[in-house]
Amino acid sequence: MWHEYLMNQQKAPLYQALKKYRDNRIVPFDVPGHKQGRGNPELTKFLGKSCLGADMNSSKPLDNLIHPVSVIRDAQDLAADAFGADSAFFMVNGTSSSVQAMVMTVVGEGDEIIMPRNVHRSAINALILTGAKPIYVDPGQNEALGIPLAMPIAKVEEAITNHPNAKAVLVNNPTYYGVCGDLEKIVKIAHKAGMRVLVDEAHGTHFYFSEDLLPSAMEVGADMAAVSIHKTGGSLTQSSMLLLGKSMEGWDGYVRQIINLTQTTSASYLLMSSLDISRRNLALHGEAIYSEVIRLAQYAREEIKALDGFYAFGEELCDGDAFKYFDKTKLSIHTRSMGLSGIEVYDILRDDYGIQIEFGDLGNILAILSVGDTEANIERLIAALADIYRTRRGSPKGLLSNEYIAPTVVMSPKEAFFAPTISVPIEDSEGYVCSEFVMCYPPGIPILAPGELVTHDQLDYIRYAKEKGSSMSGTEDITLQNLNVLAP
Amino acid sequence: MELWFSERQSTGVRLQIKVDRSLYTAQSKYQRIDILQTQEFGKILVLDGTLMLTEKDEFIYHEMMVHVPMAVHPHVRKVLLIGAGDGGALSRLLLYPEIEHIDVVEIDKEVIEACRTYLPNLAQSFDDSRVHVEIADGLRFVRQKLDLYDLILVDSTDPFGPGEGLFTREFYGNCYNALKEDGILVNQHESPFYPQDAKEVRNIYKKTRPIFPINLLYQAHIPTYPSGHWLFGFFSKRYHPLEDLDEAGWKEKNIPTRYYNPSLHRGAFALPTYVLDLLHNEELEMEIDDDEDED
Repeated sequence: MWHEYLMNQQKAPLYQALKKYRDNRIVPFDVPGHKQGRGNPELTKFLGKSCLGADMNSSKPLDNLIHPVSVIRDAQDLAADAFGADSAFFMVNGTSSSVQAMVMTVVGEGDEIIMPRNVHRSAINALILTGAKPIYVDPGQNEALGIPLAMPIAKVEEAITNHPNAKAVLVNNPTYYGVCGDLEKIVKIAHKAGMRVLVDEAHGTHFYFSEDLLPSAMEVGADMAAVSIHKTGGSLTQSSMLLLGKSMEGWDGYVRQIINLTQTTSASYLLMSSLDISRRNLALHGEAIYSEVIRLAQYAREEIKALDGFYAFGEELCDGDAFKYFDKTKLSIHTRSMGLSGIEVYDILRDDYGIQIEFGDLGNILAILSVGDTEANIERLIAALADIYRTRRGSPKGLLSNEYIAPTVVMSPKEAFFAPTISVPIEDSEGYVCSEFVMCYPPGIPILAPGELVTHDQLDYIRYAKEKGSSMSGTEDITLQNLNVLAP
Repeated sequence: MELWFSERQSTGVRLQIKVDRSLYTAQSKYQRIDILQTQEFGKILVLDGTLMLTEKDEFIYHEMMVHVPMAVHPHVRKVLLIGAGDGGALSRLLLYPEIEHIDVVEIDKEVIEACRTYLPNLAQSFDDSRVHVEIADGLRFVRQKLDLYDLILVDSTDPFGPGEGLFTREFYGNCYNALKEDGILVNQHESPFYPQDAKEVRNIYKKTRPIFPINLLYQAHIPTYPSGHWLFGFFSKRYHPLEDLDEAGWKEKNIPTRYYNPSLHRGAFALPTYVLDLLHNEELEMEIDDDEDED
């Protein structure tokens, strides 16, 4: 490991407190009203008695997330120790809330923040909440595969030079596709320029627990990181952690206040105990777990490369800069060259083969491998791809590749979001300033964000992605026929 | 003292067989393996608590799996047998001298070893020089083969557990590729009777039907399997199981059987109405009570 644990990682204080509370058979005259499941037999049958029994309320023995002084504090301290952070916060409103808390901690109204355009929607949402202005860095892309990369160092340097007053740099580590840039270098140059470095590690939990994986935000001295334990670490959906680096010593109280602006005051003990138990599991067994995950992913990559038609890309594409590292647990597969868009393969796998993968874009699919995968399931995925090639292969002619469409930012996302708007048919929206998001989901990276000029290229992309079956989202009009734009 | 083997066949139904003694128990990488000596059914093989075969009635299952395609396909030379670590299907295949090569792909080596020791009548078939055993995942093995086999037999466990991958569309799609242009695939197709099993019958049929131009089910009566009513799937690229049945040719071979005969072959493809409904009536809904009965 890159750091020694200073605490006893065998402990799981929140989990232990919950068990003790339950074993004491306390009579509940507090919320939740289902009273350990008795009031909702159907739900109890579906989810199980022990699940409903652990759905408890804040109280002295169980502490309180908004002001932790006992078992939640201890559990968070253990998490900070496990992740090599100065402090850690349990988050129960997804990594979206972690990303927002990071941004809201360091930027305010009118401040500039440097970020790649391929950030998750939650980062731009944070700009709407704060009124900060994005300085987008073109992440560049791998032309052959049509995947966006991480930020090249030269472009980060250029943005820092051109915007010396920017407060922070936000970095994806890794991107959805498993691509990592040179985070260590970005931290150095940003810190030198007096800027904070915020890291969206929604897909990077595992980096913290394996020598064989990539540098994590805490390891390279970043200031804050949003870590989606539920994505690859095994905790329940919606549970997440926000980490503060050593450089943020003394900030934990303020960050908690920021988190409490938007976080629930009835934090779920199911989510929090899942974080506590997962942290213990990862601290004690993470190395072994992820070396098995890497083995499975490498095996799958080799087998898929041997199949006709598909290309499972990996470290061979690393270029030392915008694609400095590849996350070996990601199984990213290029599909376009055998005549199918990733979106199509994504749908075929689910509808015809009963296999759900994480996402498909215009030319690629991504399968996420993590703590719970088995050899047998990997075999199914490989065999299904072989069969799709047999039955569906075609020509890549006419299939579009992903392209990075550089946005034209006309005003801050906040200004645009709250400005008076009109609704226009989306095909007639060219030339207007957009006041809402348009995204393909997953991956949930905006094609259009509030404050950006709507261009011909973006509309082409949206039309094509819709045609290929991508789920579009983000607009007020649920059918995505109309787009809200600024009133001229 | 009384010892009983008990198997849950459905939510509210159990089959119990009186046991003389346990001959073998092991936990392999994939499953728990038991071989028991019983009064009524001779030795029985149990995987993860589910009865796989008994000495008394295995002939029904294995004869129906092997002889039906063998009486239809005019020139079987190369066979792939998936699962079947007990050797039952293999011993029937070896009755045909024209078969030159049989690949047996079993994921669990310990099943074969246990059967060799305790069910030698069936498992001695592994010693035949035409037989080539591969310890591998069936799904993985078959996706690497192309245009190679005249006949593939899928003698798998139930779709819950190590056999799960053998009940998938990707598996049958890859089998299609592994078969020659006039190849036949026969699989064990579960029971249509209890709702949980019936749902699987429908699922498997749905997955395999679009892959092969000829896809028909046939049935047999197997006393120790849930409900006793069991189905097999006949999936074929060219030969029709009834139109291409070579009754005279098969009889000339003088293959000894106790269950199979060509008249039964014809009758076995005539399915009860409730099974036809299950397969073809999309509107038919099946209520499945997913309650586990508590022991």
